[in-house]
Amino acid sequence: MTIKEIEKEIIEEFEIFGDDWESKYEHIIDLGKSLPLINLNLKTNDRIIKGCQSNVWLNTDLINDKILYTADSDAIITKGMIALMVRVLSNQKAEDIVKADMDFINQIGLKEHLSPTRANGLLSMINEMKKEALKRI
Amino acid sequence: MMDLIKIREQFPILNQKINNCDLIYFDNAATSQKPISVIESISDFYKKSNSNIHRGVHSLSRSASEQFELARKTVANYFNIDNEQQLIFTAGCTDSINIVAQGLAKFHLQKEDEIILSTYEHHSNILPWQLWAKENKGVLKIIPLLANQNLDYDSIEKLITHKTKLIAITHVSNTLGLITDIERIISIAKKHQLPILLDGAQSAPHMPVDLKKLDLDFFVCSAHKLYGPTGVGLLYLSQKWLDKLPVSKTGGGIIKSVSFENTEYADGALRFEPGTPNISGVIGFSNAIKFINNIGITTIFEFEKKLVQYAQKKLREMPEIIMYGESDEKAGVISFNVKNHHPFDIGTLLDNYGIAVRTGHHCTQPLMQDLKIQGTVRISFAIYNTIEEINYFIEKLKKVIKMLE
Repeated sequence: MTIKEIEKEIIEEFEIFGDDWESKYEHIIDLGKSLPLINLNLKTNDRIIKGCQSNVWLNTDLINDKILYTADSDAIITKGMIALMVRVLSNQKAEDIVKADMDFINQIGLKEHLSPTRANGLLSMINEMKKEALKRI
Repeated sequence: MMDLIKIREQFPILNQKINNCDLIYFDNAATSQKPISVIESISDFYKKSNSNIHRGVHSLSRSASEQFELARKTVANYFNIDNEQQLIFTAGCTDSINIVAQGLAKFHLQKEDEIILSTYEHHSNILPWQLWAKENKGVLKIIPLLANQNLDYDSIEKLITHKTKLIAITHVSNTLGLITDIERIISIAKKHQLPILLDGAQSAPHMPVDLKKLDLDFFVCSAHKLYGPTGVGLLYLSQKWLDKLPVSKTGGGIIKSVSFENTEYADGALRFEPGTPNISGVIGFSNAIKFINNIGITTIFEFEKKLVQYAQKKLREMPEIIMYGESDEKAGVISFNVKNHHPFDIGTLLDNYGIAVRTGHHCTQPLMQDLKIQGTVRISFAIYNTIEEINYFIEKLKKVIKMLE
């Protein structure tokens, strides 16, 4: 699936919840459980994404022309957020990742529930994922 | 008897709804909300009295100068300072500490000297000293904590050597709410002839601070934590330091006479207040003090103590809660964690219920390292918080924990 197709799928998933933020967060927490986990011995300091209140580790590989991300976080909601980002951006071409506008975050109504601090955390994650993709173009 | 409802009504921001829930503001250690009297005093100044101070002969300037110096007297009285010239208005607590650090670095602190801090310190009372130490091969010695997170007072004298030149310590831990036994520290300091800087950022809003009784050298605090505006704070200097401390920033307004060869500096507080000060901020500061005086700082302290005791009791009933610095004698702050959960998750979900707490290291990373944790959830109270709010918070905290399991 393309990035846009996956984003559309996610937007439809979240539409079901409407304004019910509790269900939205429960869903995010659930999504975290399906995050492709980073290898334990790769959880090194140079793989920590700066700008998040919790610890977020990200590993990037280039396999068969596609970028593959694995990650982890010690906070459950953060884990869910990065699982969402990985679902959208992983297994895609590096150029497509770098170009992705990530507007779906607004559309699933999550930006409003993120304080500026946390939004920076989210933006830090996206920037880091794009930066790693750019390195491998 | 204090009328809580009448007090809450004075805070327009409390009427807000977050996510259709009433705002429950439990982040007062970060900053306090402002009563309408403080807000209006600032806008009134700009509407009716705005003028530069100490410089003009016209009516507006005289009036503004009078208000400014009256504000100095009001704030000085609150801290029981007789000579208000010993009270300098600064840009805030952090600014005040930097002024002292830079001044002392010019003559009092020599290469390889030592400064004593405590494990509780906020980064603002660590970094200015660390900066001096890095440039001067200085040593920072840290008062350790006991298992119950109280200061290990018995260990302090062992830290003192002939190279120790200062004790800089917080009055109340902004993370744990524990109150330093400052009289005890002062007697140790006096015995060894050491000057003391007391960081009152977290104490001044919550408990009486009598600078006549406490024989200190330096006292610092910010207005924005005690119902006043941001961008203004104070530095109290004992008479000795008012005369001796070198200035590190200078400019217009602090001189008697200037020539290219030499400059004669003004006496008193003005020497430390170059440029145009935050006049409206100082007036807001003074009105915040008036607001506190109308209720009584001791009344505020006793009321907030009850809130802390109640909240601790409710949290203690929850086996999944770990509390830090548990005590019946605290100044309005509680830090806790939920077992196996990151404070960030707790705080994020509580926010959706309108409950504002703080999560993380609270600018006290060394304390976090000492406790061997990454961060806590912190709730901190002020005069407008209520038992009902605590009940609601406990109810939602239980819900949030369920969501995360």
